[in-house]
Amino acid sequence: MKHLRSIDELGHDGVVRLLELTTHMVEINSRQVPKVPALRGRTVASLFFEDSTRTRLSFETAAKRLSADTMTFSVSTSSVNKGESLRDTVETITDMGVDAFVVRHKSTGIPWQISDWTDACVVNAGDGWHQHPTQALVDCFTVRQALGRDRFDGLTLTIVGDIKHSRVARSNISAFSMLGANVVLVAPPTLLPPDVSHWPVEVSHRLDEVLHRTDILYMLRLQSERMSQGHVPNLREYAEAFGLDARRVGMLPPGAVLMHPGPMNRGVEMLIDPSTLTNSLIHQQVSNGVSVRMAVLFDLLAGESSASHLAQEAS
Amino acid sequence: MSNMVMSADDVRRAITRIAHEILERQHGPAQLAIVGLQRGGAWLADAITAAIRHIEPSTNVPLGYLDVSMHRDDIGLRPVVPGAISRIDFPVDGATVVLVDDVLYTGRTVRAAMEGINTYGRPRAIQLAVLVDRGHRELPIRPDYVGKNLPTNLVDDVRVASEGVVVTRDGTT
Amino acid sequence: MTRPAEVSAVGRVVLKDGTIVDSRGEQRLDVAMENGVVTEVGIELRGDRLVDARGCVVAPGFVDLHAHLREPGKEEAETIETGSRAGAKGGYTALVAMPNTDPPQDSVAVIDFVREQGKRAGLLEVVPSGCITLGRQGEALAPLAELTAAGVRLFTDDGSGVQNELLMRRAMEYARGLGVTLAQHCEVTSLTKGAVMNECQCCTSLGLPGWPSIAEELMVFRDIELARLTGARVHFLHLSTARSVELVRAAKRDGLPITAEVTPHHLSLDDTRLTSFDTVFKVNPPLRSLGDIAALRAGVRDGTIDALATDHAPHPRRDKELSLDQAPPGMLGLETALGVALGVLDVDLVHLVRIMSTQPAAIAGISDRHGRDIEVGAPANVVVFDPDLSWTVSPDSLSSKSRNTPYVGMTLRGKVRHTFFNGVATVLDGDAQR
Repeated sequence: MKHLRSIDELGHDGVVRLLELTTHMVEINSRQVPKVPALRGRTVASLFFEDSTRTRLSFETAAKRLSADTMTFSVSTSSVNKGESLRDTVETITDMGVDAFVVRHKSTGIPWQISDWTDACVVNAGDGWHQHPTQALVDCFTVRQALGRDRFDGLTLTIVGDIKHSRVARSNISAFSMLGANVVLVAPPTLLPPDVSHWPVEVSHRLDEVLHRTDILYMLRLQSERMSQGHVPNLREYAEAFGLDARRVGMLPPGAVLMHPGPMNRGVEMLIDPSTLTNSLIHQQVSNGVSVRMAVLFDLLAGESSASHLAQEAS
Repeated sequence: MSNMVMSADDVRRAITRIAHEILERQHGPAQLAIVGLQRGGAWLADAITAAIRHIEPSTNVPLGYLDVSMHRDDIGLRPVVPGAISRIDFPVDGATVVLVDDVLYTGRTVRAAMEGINTYGRPRAIQLAVLVDRGHRELPIRPDYVGKNLPTNLVDDVRVASEGVVVTRDGTT
Repeated sequence: MTRPAEVSAVGRVVLKDGTIVDSRGEQRLDVAMENGVVTEVGIELRGDRLVDARGCVVAPGFVDLHAHLREPGKEEAETIETGSRAGAKGGYTALVAMPNTDPPQDSVAVIDFVREQGKRAGLLEVVPSGCITLGRQGEALAPLAELTAAGVRLFTDDGSGVQNELLMRRAMEYARGLGVTLAQHCEVTSLTKGAVMNECQCCTSLGLPGWPSIAEELMVFRDIELARLTGARVHFLHLSTARSVELVRAAKRDGLPITAEVTPHHLSLDDTRLTSFDTVFKVNPPLRSLGDIAALRAGVRDGTIDALATDHAPHPRRDKELSLDQAPPGMLGLETALGVALGVLDVDLVHLVRIMSTQPAAIAGISDRHGRDIEVGAPANVVVFDPDLSWTVSPDSLSSKSRNTPYVGMTLRGKVRHTFFNGVATVLDGDAQR
């Protein structure tokens, strides 16, 4: 059984395959009737333990456009019955006849644990601070589309913000590196993980020093809780050192693009309205979400990754 | 054992004849459009469109391509790897769409193609042009324009290209 | 040879053809036991019941300084009876029961209850430890004198460490007056909030909050200096880092009455195990780096580490089937300790017996009846184990009520064949007898 749980597990070839599949899906989404019967008869269950209307809807739309049936379980942690373990929940849903789980949870590792308890495919829609592989695929696809190139050799991706707590950062570091980009991380030391020496990255604590050689500027959201946890003294100081304002936009080289996984914290990391910027790819990131997720679901349930699953069914 | 059943010249003549037949059959003002099925029908659609434009240079005949892999009925029986991307950048509503494929066999590809075309709009009519009809239909599909009727065995392998059509029996060359 | 069912009965039991290993070295001799004591040691002994010990080591029964028996309060994970049985299977004739029960072992009533339950099970000696602070809350001292009068010799808040420096100082001064030992779970909790695994490269990639080594080392350093100041006897529970070993080594060089233990899992499993996201590897203190493991093993070899203690921590399956951050830490240890230790420690059998029996018995204050040389007159608390027997850990063969062991499916070298508690066979041919 194949899953989409992390970019590293997917590997370079898997990343490229899904990006190419996405172009098919973009075309389908441009049709008058953006729907194909490819996953007819399949059921995709969303298991979201963290609130995320946007990602959840993106996955559900993707499933429906491929004619799959969907089931939605929005479980806020406070309402999870302690008596029923996560395993029980997964096994019950599996018994209802599910082909794929799309899971988002605030704890790292849940997609791997779930894989042990079900025969269905598992798609990681975000686990703790660990991985958010579909977001990374959306981001790579958006850059490919915007810059008109399949590989990013010679380009520098600069990720700014709370790297330590960011699954988007971890997935993007892997994905963009696989496609040849140089990756620079910019953050105060308290917002970097304990030891990044084994990551293919450069680290800087001064945003102004790296802007001139940044081709893709990726801003991360800073949660206000980080202040109370002692990671930054206050949000104003953070915004001054790491926030994107008009001056910093002006320091970017021509052709550079701006990205943000959303939602944005205006006044913290974003001090300028990106809709006024011509080089912002934030809208495209949102609109590509459905196409990428269609590619992921198709690949797992009907495409190349489904081969072992189909063989199992046939035997 | 291989047999060339159509030479390059035979193919060329068939294409020209089909182009004439398509034009003859058009009545009324409905827009004619040619759609080649990826991948085998793409070159043939190009050739038929070129022939049509040669015969009637003033007629605008849009050309598109359709990848049917997402509409197949055997998804779930074996892994599907989509071919080249579809490109239909003209209006389909009310048009007469001629689907073009190199070989007509079970008819399932054409059925998938008809379903695929419907996601772009509602054509006034759908017609089918194939270079070779090798029989063994599994669905009630029939071609409107045929280059050559070619009875074959199920085990035969049929290869179609502008250079000619080759039938190989028993997998030997 | 006598069949197992017959050996539990009274009579002269002889362990035949084994090799005695204790503080005097190795001796190929038979051992006769009767009425709960060793009555003869010699060659070609005869007796009413003969027990085969060919190819095996005959040693003083193991003593575990650190087991969580979960009773009272969490009997679905383990009871004193099932935990005792697991201990007997592992070759133990005594174990120190940790006090983080519910209610905790900070009153004579609970201490007596635990001891009585152990006697009722009759499988080994359950030695209750007492809390250092009331309710293990770390705010006020528990009634240490009262508990000492009730027979407690070892005090700990295990599960937590005592965070407050002044309180720890007072506890040490008080303990010195009573002649008892304080055992510390070294963890500065302000540095380990939410931590799930060792703070290292691995936790960086996995995006998990890390448990930095310094959170243990700071408290080890603090308690060594407080011990220096107060003269109290301090024992460090489950040390896990290289620096902790160094600190203890230096303290011993200075002649301080400091002892330390290490668990089999900290000697054998490293932090990369967590990449499987299997909660069975979540433990407190966490699994550490290969460098730490090497230093711990060296610490055992050179005597810096006095004892191997299991930190046997049973959890029911449901509790472990949660996310990594929500699952409780802890793994089983009693039934696999010997097999793991023989596999990873480069020490001779005499040293092994010292760290699994003699020294833990001394630290627990039970040397009069456990960990003693096998000689005439000694209580018959004996383990017979085959140091070369390979066996695969299977969940069905475990006597513990829980199954959270990381060694499932692994092949270990070294297995207990028979265990005798007060002269009565609790384990024969690997099977529990009661």
